[in-house]
Amino acid sequence: MSDISVYGEGLVKNYGKTEALRGISFLVNKGEIFGFIGPDGAGKTTLFRILTTLLLPDAGHATVEGFHVVKDFRHLRTILGYMPGRFSLYQDLTVEENLKFFAGIFKADISENYYLIKDIYDQIAPFAKRRAGKLSGGMKQKLALSCALIHKPEVLILDEPTTGVDAVSRREFWEMLIRLKNQGITILVATPYMDEAILCDRVALMQHGNIMASGTPDQIIASYPHRLFSIKSDQTLELLSLIRQMTGIHSAEMFGGNIHVSASNALTGIKEIEDFLRSHDFRHFELEEISPGIEDCFIDFMKMNQAS
Amino acid sequence: MKQFVIKEFLHIFRDVRSMVILFGMPLVQVLLFGYAITNEVKDVRVSVIDQSYDYASQAVVNKLFASGYFLKGEHINSTREIEESFRKGKNKMVVVIEPGFAGKLETGQQPTIQLIADASDPNTANLLVSYASGIINAYSRELVPAGNIPVIVPESRMLYNPSLMSVYMFVPGIITILLMLVSAMMTSISIAREKELGTMEVLLVSPLKPFQIVAGKVMPYVLLSFINAGSILILSYYIFNVPINGSLLLLLGETILFILLALSLGIFISTISNNQQTAMMLSMFALMLPTILLSGFIFPIENMPAVLQWFSLIMPPRWFITIIKSIMLKGSGIEYFWKETLILAGMTLIFILASVKKFKIRLA
Amino acid sequence: MGNMEFVIEAEGLTKTFGSFVANDNLNFNVKKGEIFGFLGANGAGKTTAIRILCGLLLPTSGKISVAGFDVYTQTEAIKKHIGYMSQRFSLYEDLSIYENFRFYGGIYGMSRSKIKEKTSEMLGRLGIESLRNSIIASLPLGIRQKLAFSVAIMHSPQIVFLDEPTGGVDPITRRQFWEMIYEAAAQGITVFVTTHYMDEAEYCNRVSIMVDGRIEALDTPRNLKDKYQAKDMDGVFLKLARKAG
Repeated sequence: MSDISVYGEGLVKNYGKTEALRGISFLVNKGEIFGFIGPDGAGKTTLFRILTTLLLPDAGHATVEGFHVVKDFRHLRTILGYMPGRFSLYQDLTVEENLKFFAGIFKADISENYYLIKDIYDQIAPFAKRRAGKLSGGMKQKLALSCALIHKPEVLILDEPTTGVDAVSRREFWEMLIRLKNQGITILVATPYMDEAILCDRVALMQHGNIMASGTPDQIIASYPHRLFSIKSDQTLELLSLIRQMTGIHSAEMFGGNIHVSASNALTGIKEIEDFLRSHDFRHFELEEISPGIEDCFIDFMKMNQAS
Repeated sequence: MKQFVIKEFLHIFRDVRSMVILFGMPLVQVLLFGYAITNEVKDVRVSVIDQSYDYASQAVVNKLFASGYFLKGEHINSTREIEESFRKGKNKMVVVIEPGFAGKLETGQQPTIQLIADASDPNTANLLVSYASGIINAYSRELVPAGNIPVIVPESRMLYNPSLMSVYMFVPGIITILLMLVSAMMTSISIAREKELGTMEVLLVSPLKPFQIVAGKVMPYVLLSFINAGSILILSYYIFNVPINGSLLLLLGETILFILLALSLGIFISTISNNQQTAMMLSMFALMLPTILLSGFIFPIENMPAVLQWFSLIMPPRWFITIIKSIMLKGSGIEYFWKETLILAGMTLIFILASVKKFKIRLA
Repeated sequence: MGNMEFVIEAEGLTKTFGSFVANDNLNFNVKKGEIFGFLGANGAGKTTAIRILCGLLLPTSGKISVAGFDVYTQTEAIKKHIGYMSQRFSLYEDLSIYENFRFYGGIYGMSRSKIKEKTSEMLGRLGIESLRNSIIASLPLGIRQKLAFSVAIMHSPQIVFLDEPTGGVDPITRRQFWEMIYEAAAQGITVFVTTHYMDEAEYCNRVSIMVDGRIEALDTPRNLKDKYQAKDMDGVFLKLARKAG
């Protein structure tokens, strides 16, 4: 018995001259939450469409639960749960009608699988007679997830399920995903929000059709090659342009009100930075060494790719 | 499948706009065409300059006014006054009978009658001249029943086509247009809408086969189109006394054939358009305009340039209009239009095959 | 007269739709050159408030002025003195960069020479003068986003409203975008911004958090974090919004 749920190797997809996927390979284990993290245009949607049998790859191949995404598409379509980028609901149908319809096309029995969606659907059940178009973003997201789950899929593929949804709904959504994972469903999720990476078991950081890095969030953070410092000041812009002139600095980027400064070598430390700033008459700041987040790593990988 | 059809009906019933188009259109069109046409030819003032004033010319004049289409307008004495009476709007047409009318008739010289119409309103003028010509020709046949050569020559270059003036001719046209509209346009738009909203992605990833998706989309429209065609027939039968001389069963059968054709066209359009707007434009320009302009519904095909006549051969509505005219007005049976029926069936087959081939099991 | 320092003054801003209260007695002032974060859950009433401030919607009650103009009577003047950019609508994709600048400059009555000058100034700042005649659709998303912001401030508005300007953008571009915002603020343009990225709230000078039509909190990010004992703005937001739910 294999523990691999989704497997992709050398996947390439071009739209005319645009290279959407440039030969990516990855492995998703059964029962894990795997995140594809990257901005718009990274190739996440194209990848998901290949995995859901909606697109044919130009090169490379992929399997889901051992089934080939091109040859076995008929069977795959019965075991996949898919939530496309925009919540694909019928806006003019009610909550209840949407659920019934999606159960109907998969020949699924709502009462039989209700236990799967109970936690989620119970929250929108009071609005069962309301049209989907009149729901808030968070509720639409819950309904779309219920509809994608009602046929008890083995693999759930979610394309940017949290985009445009507020922080509270996002948090609740992730809590739901973790419960689903505990039911044994493998979950692939694409997101542009770096902070969601930490909630995944493993992630792939994507940019320009490539996977820049993959692994557990901890592994990725541990691979960060620089010392990292955070400086806070009231004159963020001035500080930013000043610190970028310092030798021994790899990069300096704004992070909220702070500036994250990565050192290009181990010799650059708190003292060196402090001395540099003071020697340029910059006095009011708070400086500390910090451990990087996924976003620091992502930026570093992007810069590495740009350089090469 | 059942869920799919239910869903499709819900879409239709929840969209006020499509409801109005579906059920308002037949009513409005039938009433509009019906009343507009019957009123047009009835209150028109016509004057006669009878330069013969003999028994034969008076008989013609009596026939004209007995038809009920013309009212006696302001009397004028000479052809010089015609223009002024037109300008004042007193007359819409003047009938000039040449001197020695009865004499010429008796000696077989073919007397002429001039029909001079106010062409500032070309449609009415056209109608009037055709009407008057029709009446004169009828009278001429009455005089010499055996001969094919008209004894009296009405001087007009208008086409003799009295049936064009009747509401009867519009009913087949309206049925055709509406079936096209409802079946082709609405299905193509509703499929394109699923693509636009992204729900098509979910449908494709489901175990549904393309055939099931298409059938589920189309079924409600078959029913609605059929109801529509029926309501037009009932309306025109009871309000305008449009006859159904042939077999009702045959009429309904041919209607279903045409609905299937229009639906397969609609599906075909949706396979080549990615959003509602494109589907709408394609249906408008590729279906509606040719249906109205090239099917012989409004403009007689015989008068079109050769290229357009040739083009009208590939217009499904052209064949369907011929068929229903034959059934409704002439009361003919299938033996008179099996060729047209075959053509329609062939076209349906081609479009169904083409759309099944084009309908993708994937996105691109 | 210290009043002139505030470019947005809202006192008792209320908007109801039938029995539904979208904005319930909002009170806030925004200073000139300030970066003001306007946060809230979906449906909390942010969009309604922004529409009122932009002169697109009349409030039910309240005393509100934007750029010194009254939102009831001087909406045309308001529109001349503000800029607007959203993630959804920004530039015409089938026009070139310069054509977009010319169009928007024209809308605000800028002269041809002024438009030319502004265009080269802004493209110069972005380092993309060579792309002047490129069609927008052919440009990467990051550049488009920055161009959209440039267009929104090309007529030197007093206030620019940014509605989720950085959705889906890569982290480096997002930072460059925020650097642009800081530069604009340094030039005295007030920035009024909504976002779903809680870490972006930390870029703002002050942040207001709306819950169910009311402003539940309004302060600097640092004070908010202290007050709600949260390590980041995400924590503050969750505490406030969950309390309501």
